[in-house]
Amino acid sequence: MAELIAARGISKAFPGVRALDQVDFVLRPGEVHALVGENGAGKSTLIKILMGVYRRDAGTLSIKGRDVHDFSPQAAQACGMAAVYQDISLARSLTVGENFFLGHMPTTGWGIVDWAKAYEQCGRLLGELGLDDIDPRATLSSLSVAKQEMVAIAKPVFENADILVFDEPTALLASEETEILFSIIRRLRDEGKGIVYISHRLEEIFAICDSVTVLKDGRHVRTMPVSDTNPDELVRLMVGRSMEDMYTIRRSPPGEVALKVEGLTREPRFRDIGFDVHHGEIFGLFGLVGSGRTEIMRAIFGADPVERGEIRLDGRPVRFTHPSQAIAAGIGFMSEDRKNQSIALPLSVRTNINLANYPAISPFGVVNRTAEREAARTYIDRLAIKTPSDAVAIRNLSGGNQQKVVLGKNLASKSRILVCDEPTIGVDVGAKSEIYKIFEKLTEEGVAILLVSSYLPEIMGLADRILVIYEGRQMGIVERSAFDEERLVRLASGLQA
Amino acid sequence: MANIMETKPRQGIAVLGKYNIGTSATLLAIVVVLFVFLSLTSAVFPTPGNLSNLLRQTSINGIIALGMLMVIITAGIDLSVGAVVAIAGIVNALMLQAGVSMWVSIPLTLVIGAAIGVFNGILIHEVSITPFIATLGTLTIVRGLVMIMSGARMVANLPKEFGQIASGDIFGIPSMFIIWMALFLVTVFLLNYTQLGRNFFIIGSSKEVARLSGIRLRINMYTVYGLSSLYAALAGILLSSRLSMGVPTAGISYELDAIAAVVIGGGSLFGAAGSAIGAVLGAIIMQTIRNGGNLLGIDPFALQVIIGALILIAVGIDQFRMRRAEKG
Repeated sequence: MAELIAARGISKAFPGVRALDQVDFVLRPGEVHALVGENGAGKSTLIKILMGVYRRDAGTLSIKGRDVHDFSPQAAQACGMAAVYQDISLARSLTVGENFFLGHMPTTGWGIVDWAKAYEQCGRLLGELGLDDIDPRATLSSLSVAKQEMVAIAKPVFENADILVFDEPTALLASEETEILFSIIRRLRDEGKGIVYISHRLEEIFAICDSVTVLKDGRHVRTMPVSDTNPDELVRLMVGRSMEDMYTIRRSPPGEVALKVEGLTREPRFRDIGFDVHHGEIFGLFGLVGSGRTEIMRAIFGADPVERGEIRLDGRPVRFTHPSQAIAAGIGFMSEDRKNQSIALPLSVRTNINLANYPAISPFGVVNRTAEREAARTYIDRLAIKTPSDAVAIRNLSGGNQQKVVLGKNLASKSRILVCDEPTIGVDVGAKSEIYKIFEKLTEEGVAILLVSSYLPEIMGLADRILVIYEGRQMGIVERSAFDEERLVRLASGLQA
Repeated sequence: MANIMETKPRQGIAVLGKYNIGTSATLLAIVVVLFVFLSLTSAVFPTPGNLSNLLRQTSINGIIALGMLMVIITAGIDLSVGAVVAIAGIVNALMLQAGVSMWVSIPLTLVIGAAIGVFNGILIHEVSITPFIATLGTLTIVRGLVMIMSGARMVANLPKEFGQIASGDIFGIPSMFIIWMALFLVTVFLLNYTQLGRNFFIIGSSKEVARLSGIRLRINMYTVYGLSSLYAALAGILLSSRLSMGVPTAGISYELDAIAAVVIGGGSLFGAAGSAIGAVLGAIIMQTIRNGGNLLGIDPFALQVIIGALILIAVGIDQFRMRRAEKG
């Protein structure tokens, strides 16, 4: 059995678009195979065909040497295939152990669940994988998002799947957890299993993968050993542009202080946070997942309460108890959790662009529909949002275009201070650089940007200064001239620089 | 997925507040087919007397459905509307019996109705009780209050002019139907042309998104449940006018008819979907089947089976279409 997956000539069309065109993909035992390409290149479609979620229009697919015709997710599972998708698909109200066994709990006979055995087996595997800080008896929803993701990653290992697909597994992880993930993947590879690895973070591909397949516009571009290529070449193959200039944006001279924060505290999340952000500046906030950076942003925006501390906007002290006040004062907020916090998925692009704009365009509560359409058109054009019309539900757009709609939403509501929490999460390389260009334009117009990112190349490339947070504590503010990867990581890990 | 934005927008819920043209056209076709079929098979059905009776019967459920629609758009549900129908009928009748002018008693009753809805809003927003349970509790409380207030007896001998509200015609059209249609226009205006309507749809897709977009949930939740109860109270007043008395057991299971009308009309209990025209057509279809079935001498229990099946088929087809759109 030389090939775990052999897919040849796979094609798939959706109404109006050719998602995959004659794509070949081969996965061998003991191989970590990266699948890269922009959003819209066809990665997700290919994975969904391999996993039996979509039916292919043409092409042959054989799993472990057996040709499959009518494939389904159940059949894929029976073949030992498992996929870990970006959005964690586990039962949140069950325990870690129950999620591991889901429907196949060990029993003592008479059909009675053997809880001790279940938790013992689960705990043993978690320990082996270096996840001993996860209690098998803990309810999943009580764990942090990163820990939940680790559970999702460990589950197929537990089920002894031998073809594993990881779709953007590190999007929610901090660097230590990423290390654990990598050690899990190495262990699986050494056991002769096959792993498909999808990530937008190229350095991960060079850290962990053996071979890489590049897709572009639904076509297979090239498959090669990772050792034969480099990040620049990969980016060129994906988008036809080099990575060098991606983070190079024109910097604007900073203006007056737009936002000043002093002694901001909300125990036990964060304490004594103080900084100021100038108009036209990109101010970075760096910290591990769970360090409190998101909570600080939410507090400034009025989404969470503040215990003490002072916030000044253009010199005036403010205290927001509801996001509507922050929006009225010119603060915009892009959440890290786009689907649950930033956009109304079933509603149109038009409505979503106007989401925070309605008070301004609704005299006496009656929506000025001309202004509504005007705003939608303006930002679809200005931000080059790819959508057939402004009446399309936003869930039909790609992640990058959804994020541009979120930017449009904040611009439509005339934000002068833009809080961006992981603005490029789940966004492809092309859309990323477009978002950076928009940032560049905004700072020229004097908008102050607060950028939260756990992705070092991004925050170091874009920010003028970086505030580092560790467990709710302010570890220091680093000037651009002193940016240094190691130093930032040390600070974010609670060590002195 | 490659350029999925170029695929066709999913039917129905794509544009905010926009009727799902596909669903509405289908519903309208069903209404036409029903009317033609019943006119051909029953001599009584097409008579002006029966048609105006049909419109009156439909108006009660139709009015409640319009209020229910707004609640369902916010991903909520209001089980208390049937009980509100009863309490509105009784409270108003008691006031009339005590000699209060109907020009005073009706507005007061409407205020009481709206207050019950605000009470629901408080339970849901402040106490965080899920809408299903909160309005179930209110339903039970209000039903009890109705029995206490009325002594479980009907309140009869109401002034003649009160009875004329529901029985009257304007240009040969039943006044109840005209009131319903006026409310339909109000609801279309609210949902499609006001900030409030936008807020309902946004809240229905995600409360957190709504809050972070600057929408104040409290006032919107009070308003939507207040409106639903207000509509139900109006329906209760019209029902008691039609019967010329306050009936303590009025409105039992009306909430279910209203929910059915909304979902047949393309509403989704997951929120952010539904239209006023859909709810109106849904109500008409249900009542036409009941009315026509009676005229054709179909067993009323069998009719119940048919209407139940209709609900399942309508929602099932919608789900099937959505799934197929997703699977590609």
